[in-house]
Amino acid sequence: MTIRQLSIFIENQSGTLQKVLELIRKSGIQIIACTIADTAEYGLFRIICSEPDRACEELKEAGVAVAISDVFAIELDNQPGGAANVVSVFSGAGIGITYMYAFLLDGRGILIFKTTQAAETEAAIRAHGLHALSEADLPVNA
Amino acid sequence: MIWNPNKECMPREQMRLLQGKRLHKIVEYVYHNVPFYRNKLQEMDISPEDIQTIDDIVKLPFTTKKDLRDNYPFGLQAAPQSEIIRIHASSGTTGNPTIVGYTRKDISIWSECMARSLTSYGVTSDDIFSVSYGYGLFTGGLGAHNGVEMIGASVVPASTGNTEKHARLIRDLGITGIACTPSYALYLAETMDRMGISKDEIKLRVGAFGAEPWTENMRTEIQDRLGLKGFNLYGLSEIMGPSVSYECDEQHGSHINEDHFFPEVIDPVTLEPVPAGQTGELVFTTLTKEGMPVIRYRTRDLCSLLPGECPCGRTNVRMSAIQGRTDDMLIIRGINVFPSQVESVVLTMKEFAPVYMLIVDRVNNLDTLVVQVELRPDVFNATLDTPAAIDELEKRFADKLRSVLSINAKVQIKAPGTIERSQGKSSHVIDKRKLY
Repeated sequence: MTIRQLSIFIENQSGTLQKVLELIRKSGIQIIACTIADTAEYGLFRIICSEPDRACEELKEAGVAVAISDVFAIELDNQPGGAANVVSVFSGAGIGITYMYAFLLDGRGILIFKTTQAAETEAAIRAHGLHALSEADLPVNA
Repeated sequence: MIWNPNKECMPREQMRLLQGKRLHKIVEYVYHNVPFYRNKLQEMDISPEDIQTIDDIVKLPFTTKKDLRDNYPFGLQAAPQSEIIRIHASSGTTGNPTIVGYTRKDISIWSECMARSLTSYGVTSDDIFSVSYGYGLFTGGLGAHNGVEMIGASVVPASTGNTEKHARLIRDLGITGIACTPSYALYLAETMDRMGISKDEIKLRVGAFGAEPWTENMRTEIQDRLGLKGFNLYGLSEIMGPSVSYECDEQHGSHINEDHFFPEVIDPVTLEPVPAGQTGELVFTTLTKEGMPVIRYRTRDLCSLLPGECPCGRTNVRMSAIQGRTDDMLIIRGINVFPSQVESVVLTMKEFAPVYMLIVDRVNNLDTLVVQVELRPDVFNATLDTPAAIDELEKRFADKLRSVLSINAKVQIKAPGTIERSQGKSSHVIDKRKLY
């Protein structure tokens, strides 16, 4: 019910993001969604991509601090209040969301989020009939 | 086992009385035999009669490496040349070499100190023991050699070089002990790997390692690869040579042969003794040496003296591992900071690579210290993928640093491979303060 995400530690300096993107390009990995959590000195570059295991392995080999984590990807109604409806399911169940971002897939909004309460989240998704994407649902062209 | 329980396990009060008696004697001896010391003492208006107990040692002047160089070659020798039976010389890469002459009694004391060390490591007359320090002007080879002979083990004077032949001898003779530098031990292990000699084919069980700084990680690796237990052996030629101090089975600090070499730890700036247990510059006074005695010799090695009794039964004081050299010291907000202290903390953090950089600056007349460390790609994992988690890691490291350095440092976590690797001494520090 989850998909894999890469988290990459990069320094807040010009050129560092480009270096990582070049490595990803060289590996023939396709980025489907991404976000950066930034601080004054460093950023965490989070990506949903094709072949996350190989991507992680090859980046690590190139000396990049990268880790794989499991995140949920929930399809939204393309209506006002769509995100609020989904998040209310989890807050109602006492589930904390660590971070969240979104992207569009064939015109549908997809909400990606990380939680430390995976089992409770899965139960809430089932109970409310939400659509959680699996990796097979991702538009991989690579 | 203990070679000389009388001295190694002497009650503390009795040891201090003995040291006081010997200090008085040695000061009297140098006063009458070495113009350098006589002049210094007279300038300070001190006579040997002022030195009666070991506590009086603080009245005496320090001796430095420069003093030894300035008095090259025999200016500090106290015994007449006819009494000198051996002369060693330290490497003189940065000036005159240091020449040290030994009388017959000096060699005999040195041999006993070495015998104490080897016995502490568990070496007996049943061992076949290879001395792989360089034989020659360097004190390592002959110093260790005499000790092995004294305890009656079979000494194999392998010296350095021709490592393949040495590896074969270790296997074929069933050599059980070795004295060498830790880096040579690793080189020997590599050579054996290359030759296809496995550790099951060799009988090495004891290693006496010294003459250069080494880490616990190196110890683990050497022990693993050679199948022996590795012990620290500390010494310096200005004082005697190897076996100024030695580890026991506890491997928690090295016991100093303090009936012969009296240790002090001082603040290298104020030259005042530091409180017990704190890190500072190690200073030695030779209490019994005849050839070239030295009074309060500043070793430039940083360490602490470990308080308390050792479970091994020895009462002679222990020194910690050498934590650096005074040459590398920084003064930040009036506090002495050594890059090696930072290193010791970095090495305890599995998240960081064993590299670091200290950046010292002065902002609004206040010194600032930034410590940069690098994430290890192989340890980075999903639990570190939020700024909160990285902040928490920074804080944990900063807390450890504060407890070791006694000042606050700002921590910067860097991406792998971004801190410059280099072997040089000062390469761990960027000092941006324009103080000079």
